[in-house]
Amino acid sequence: MKILVCISKTPDTTAKIAFTEGNTKFDENGVQWIINPYDEWYALVRAIELKEKDPNAIIHLVTVGSADAEPIIRKALALGGDEAIRIDSNSNDSFYIAKQIAAIAKEGGYELIFTGKETIDYNSSSIGSMLSALLDIPFVSLANKFDCDGTTATVRREIEGGEETCEVNLPVVISCQKGMAEQRIPNMRGIMAARTKPLKVVSPVEATATTSIKKFDTPPAKSGVKLVDPANMDELVRLLKEEAKVI
Amino acid sequence: MVLVYIDQADQQIKKSSLEAMSYGAAIAKKLGCDVAALVLGTVQDNLADLGKNGAQKVYHLKNESLNTLDVKLHSTLIATAAKNVNANVVVFAHNINGKAIAPAVAIKLEAGLVTGASSLPNTENGFVVTKTVFSGKAFASIQIETPIKVIAINQNSFGVVAYENTATVEEINIPIPAASIKITKLEKVEGEIPLTEASLVVSGGRGLKGPEHWSILLDLAKSLGAATACSRPVSDSDWRPHHEHVGQTGIQIAPNLYIAIGISGAIQHLAGVNRSKTIVVINKDPEAPFFKAADYGVIGDAFEIVPALSAAILKMKSTA
Repeated sequence: MKILVCISKTPDTTAKIAFTEGNTKFDENGVQWIINPYDEWYALVRAIELKEKDPNAIIHLVTVGSADAEPIIRKALALGGDEAIRIDSNSNDSFYIAKQIAAIAKEGGYELIFTGKETIDYNSSSIGSMLSALLDIPFVSLANKFDCDGTTATVRREIEGGEETCEVNLPVVISCQKGMAEQRIPNMRGIMAARTKPLKVVSPVEATATTSIKKFDTPPAKSGVKLVDPANMDELVRLLKEEAKVI
Repeated sequence: MVLVYIDQADQQIKKSSLEAMSYGAAIAKKLGCDVAALVLGTVQDNLADLGKNGAQKVYHLKNESLNTLDVKLHSTLIATAAKNVNANVVVFAHNINGKAIAPAVAIKLEAGLVTGASSLPNTENGFVVTKTVFSGKAFASIQIETPIKVIAINQNSFGVVAYENTATVEEINIPIPAASIKITKLEKVEGEIPLTEASLVVSGGRGLKGPEHWSILLDLAKSLGAATACSRPVSDSDWRPHHEHVGQTGIQIAPNLYIAIGISGAIQHLAGVNRSKTIVVINKDPEAPFFKAADYGVIGDAFEIVPALSAAILKMKSTA
């Protein structure tokens, strides 16, 4: 079984979110980069767990990014995975990114494609669904449990107000979230092995971006908390009803 | 034409889809074009009533097999319907189903996509949509460069607007391809308001000290008609079910009111709730970082404050 795991580089969850160049670019100054948590904890680790059960499974990692994404890819390889592909391009357009990954997916003939449910920077939750459309294969989103017998996958997914289990034939694209796998940290052996694992750099295929970011804004700061006397909950109810108008 | 995909759960139209309908109607008004709804599957609601949310027309592909989500199937049918009516804007609710379907539809229509939109597009110079990024910590204004646009609007962001319309309903016929997935099991959380659809949410953290103390929070939720949520340490300790976990790695919500009880307000928790319209924080620690993100704060013992708040709400409701 061949598994492709999509990896994205994102700012650390505690990074300060600021912008430069007239609010048109994310300010990378002092930002720590991490593997997008959904890609790492759920997509990649579940793929590794599947390989531990089936040693014949092959895991490839793919990312769209410039050379500065390589430390993140090496870290992902330290967790597991056989080789990585970096598509040498920088884009914020989901359509463009999906086309790049779809080209790799077509060439590699993967049976399983895992993505995280969204990235924590642009929060578009688009790539998995787009890949499935480009490859014309099924897509199951927000998976929190996944098993596979080599031809059919059994996936549990979140739905509004509950969960649903479904069966789907391979190949399939799955977007992964909490519940899929137990979080891991790389061990020394993994880190050493990752240094020599193949990391292939490929040029992007021809594709046109469909969107462009014009500017960023940060939300207006809260005007400050209004403290209410703990002995006067009638006052809090009044404020919620008459001032905030939410109840 | 603006085409709005109307999503359902258990054959009931979702509130988020009514918001999407109102949003789509407002875009149509801006562009000076028609607006229609697209309903797949069988629903119990009266479809002509979508006019009250702005629809002029409702296209209905009536087939029971479409009541559960199959992204490959749904995206194919929605893209075909959009082409048939020459839609130049297709609107989704940015809910569980919309997030899954909209990107595939964008590919099929070769359309630029903005998900998580937070306001009406600016059409003065091109077509620019603002969306939330960095888990609600910022906004990005995104220009869509393609002739067809696909937008998924954030829940609880635009609101449901009342119109005095009745929509005409037209049943449509598009050949339905074979299903790509087979649903084998359904586990519904009975009797609870789904968190992502809730406009009022009461949430508890480690400050409540243990699952046995949750009754005061449940009473408060009941008095308000609110959904219940919790912080990550609470679901990790199995005090509450995992589907209640809100935060960066759990569910992201944007209710009108979020009441946080005994939650310190770590940045990862805030990322899941910072789009809430009004935040109330109840905490005994005046230094809790959550107070900085709150609109109203109560410093003190939750075990006294929460029952008093429930009583005050019931009193207000009985006199209202």
